[in-house]
Amino acid sequence: MSGASYRLQLAPEDVWRALAEIPDPEIPVISIVDLGVVKDVRVEDGRVHVDFTPTFMGCPALEAMTAQMEDAIRGLGAEPDVEVVLDGSWSTDRISPEGREKLRTAGLAPPAPRSAGQPTLIQLERGPFSCPWCGSTDTRLDNVFGPTPCRSLRYCNACRQPFEQFKTI
Amino acid sequence: MPGPSRAELLLALADDELILGWRNSEWTGIAPFLEEDVAFSSIAQNEIGHARALYELAARELGTDADTLAFDRSPEEYRSSPLVELRRLEWARTIVRHWLYETADAIRLEALKQSDDAEIAGIATKIDREEVYHRIHAEMWIDRLLASDDARPRLDEAIEELWPYALGVLDDDLRPELVRKVEEKLGRTMPDVEPVSRGQHEAELAELLEEMTMVRRSAPAGARW
Repeated sequence: MSGASYRLQLAPEDVWRALAEIPDPEIPVISIVDLGVVKDVRVEDGRVHVDFTPTFMGCPALEAMTAQMEDAIRGLGAEPDVEVVLDGSWSTDRISPEGREKLRTAGLAPPAPRSAGQPTLIQLERGPFSCPWCGSTDTRLDNVFGPTPCRSLRYCNACRQPFEQFKTI
Repeated sequence: MPGPSRAELLLALADDELILGWRNSEWTGIAPFLEEDVAFSSIAQNEIGHARALYELAARELGTDADTLAFDRSPEEYRSSPLVELRRLEWARTIVRHWLYETADAIRLEALKQSDDAEIAGIATKIDREEVYHRIHAEMWIDRLLASDDARPRLDEAIEELWPYALGVLDDDLRPELVRKVEEKLGRTMPDVEPVSRGQHEAELAELLEEMTMVRRSAPAGARW
């Protein structure tokens, strides 16, 4: 297939595939597609429109993600149009099962599923939160906040390792 | 009296978050212990992120950009509530301000989530997902200090000082809910005082803006970072 005909036939799946190659700037084990921040992709007349729902609003990786998506789309020979959507549509439940497994193997405990209510201190203190290293649920909350806004700090009483817990939002 | 315009509402929310974000960041590096250094820095980052998003919405409405709104206005033009402007680098006051603000902000966000304006309801929903962790942090500290014989009198003193300011964060219709929540937590009746309302400013605001915009003002127009 020649480059020209490829461009003519650019399909949303091609864009998704290209975006899936972009690592999260702060947690490079996981791609931005695994992270669930790409909400929608539409291809119209050589323009690729992406709806992007950032994770935490003060995340410094926001600009980097946008720029990388734009580069990837230009790499497919199309004009990017990345729109930042700020509403409740991204939550940690949008992280894919593959993404959760990648986080865990990198030592970052994946977020607990969102429950009906909002997270509470009692929930954070009583768990159950599994250690990403040994799997034990005998872990304790060390700090609600961590090295980036999306993480808390926990400690595993079983294997005596501190670990980072992705916050549920 | 007519209510504030959409842009005024967005600016009030954004200014509160930006100024409090700056105040929270003043603990970076000097908090009583490392965990709080991390916590207040993270909270500051979140608040300033919320401010940016809110300024962007306001800027679209006003035909300007977020940085111009955040940094190029005179102190009198800010719509922040005096509570967030106070500089109180003392732990009891910091925790009390944090808790009172987060409690008031939760009430305000809950109301905004019900807004007919889909953009405002959406952004309030997203902000609230993060604020829930600020509230957990603030309440954890209030509970801890309330239970301490040493901390309790200092906490009471800070509550006494900051209560009129806390009332000033909210409009008249939402204030009763703040009174209810604070009385429930403290187990006592709060005094019926005159709120220190939005529209007036503390002297510390001008100092804060002077410091915050120093680099921007020193750079030639159009500088890129």
